[in-house]
Amino acid sequence: MTSVVPVAKMVGANRIIQGNGIVHPLGAADLPPAEEKELRRRILREAFEALQKDAGETD
Amino acid sequence: MRVVHYLNQFFGGLGAEEFAGATPEVREGAVGPGRLLEQLLGEGAKVVKTVVAGDNYAVENLDALAALVVKEVREAGGDLFVAGPCFQAGRYGVAAGAVCAAVQRELGIPAVTGMGLENPGVDLYRRDLYIVDSGGSVAAMREVLSRMAALAHKLLSKQEIGSPAEEGYFAHGLLRDAFVDKTAAERLVEMVYAKATGAPYESELTPTVFPAIPAPPPIADLSRARIAIVTDTGVVPKGNPDKIAPIAATNWGSYDISGVDDLRGEDFEVSHRGYDTRYVTEDPDRAVPVDALREFEKQGVIGKLHDRFVSTSGMVNPLANSRRLGREIAQRLKEEGVDAVVLVSA
Repeated sequence: MTSVVPVAKMVGANRIIQGNGIVHPLGAADLPPAEEKELRRRILREAFEALQKDAGETD
Repeated sequence: MRVVHYLNQFFGGLGAEEFAGATPEVREGAVGPGRLLEQLLGEGAKVVKTVVAGDNYAVENLDALAALVVKEVREAGGDLFVAGPCFQAGRYGVAAGAVCAAVQRELGIPAVTGMGLENPGVDLYRRDLYIVDSGGSVAAMREVLSRMAALAHKLLSKQEIGSPAEEGYFAHGLLRDAFVDKTAAERLVEMVYAKATGAPYESELTPTVFPAIPAPPPIADLSRARIAIVTDTGVVPKGNPDKIAPIAATNWGSYDISGVDDLRGEDFEVSHRGYDTRYVTEDPDRAVPVDALREFEKQGVIGKLHDRFVSTSGMVNPLANSRRLGREIAQRLKEEGVDAVVLVSA
């Protein structure tokens, strides 16, 4: 989970999830706390999906 | 010339993986590839001792193994130390690198080993050692040993060592001043011309190589999986107990989060000088998502949130060092029964 996907690709990571900004990969300082937490859940759910697929299938 | 040689359980003739736990044995004379090595080193060369150890024993006891090897080489009055070649055998390469480095450092005699490019020992020790590029095929044993022998002779007689390409060893990553006849512009034009006309040319910069990483298999049942959080965002408990450096960190830490539902800013700090850390300092869950993962655990989406999260700082870190940190972290998490990791990177 990173906001710098090209680097993750370059080093050969198999399962890459886009984070929400370098300064808070799993946060959003401009959102109200409840929405920020929902964003964190959403990104983690994406990660769970990736973990349950063959890495060849992930985006 | 008195030579001491290091071999793993396989090349030392003990057996395959079932002997990977074998404790070190010291044999008189040459064993296995050591006989060929002795022959290739030529007249006057004698492998006086061979140390054989299992790969698992070796990597789990690197310091003890290195100390033993140094003692044996000293007692044998060794002039030269050789380990391997190890080809792509990763544990063997890591052990060979460690013992060569220790012998060189403690005894000041030349040490030579051989490995394939993707052997983790290359990244760990190429700066300090002459590691001959063995490729991946054991069939090349004779050729690899003869290059190792040639390099050893040069080191022993203190001859100037040629470039990595000439001698067949992995570049140490050092720049050496040299006089050249042509300016950079002239060399550049020649190179472009060669490229355009299909003639051979050699770049003066070697790009970093990232070997393909086999994808771990998917998690079959997430609701039974133990998930750990790993991060390179530098989140550490207040006071930074492991003194993880904010730039080019050489270590990582593992921190207890059992029973914790939410990370609070006042309990943590961030050791990382590569991004604006205010937001993560304010709420560490933005990088170490304990709050959301704890919920998922309670709902049964995941089996268990691992009791410890792992942190280091991923800032201008030499690749070899990053790879070492990664290997150490992966090994620890495997030992602790972790099934999958969410790795949060700044």
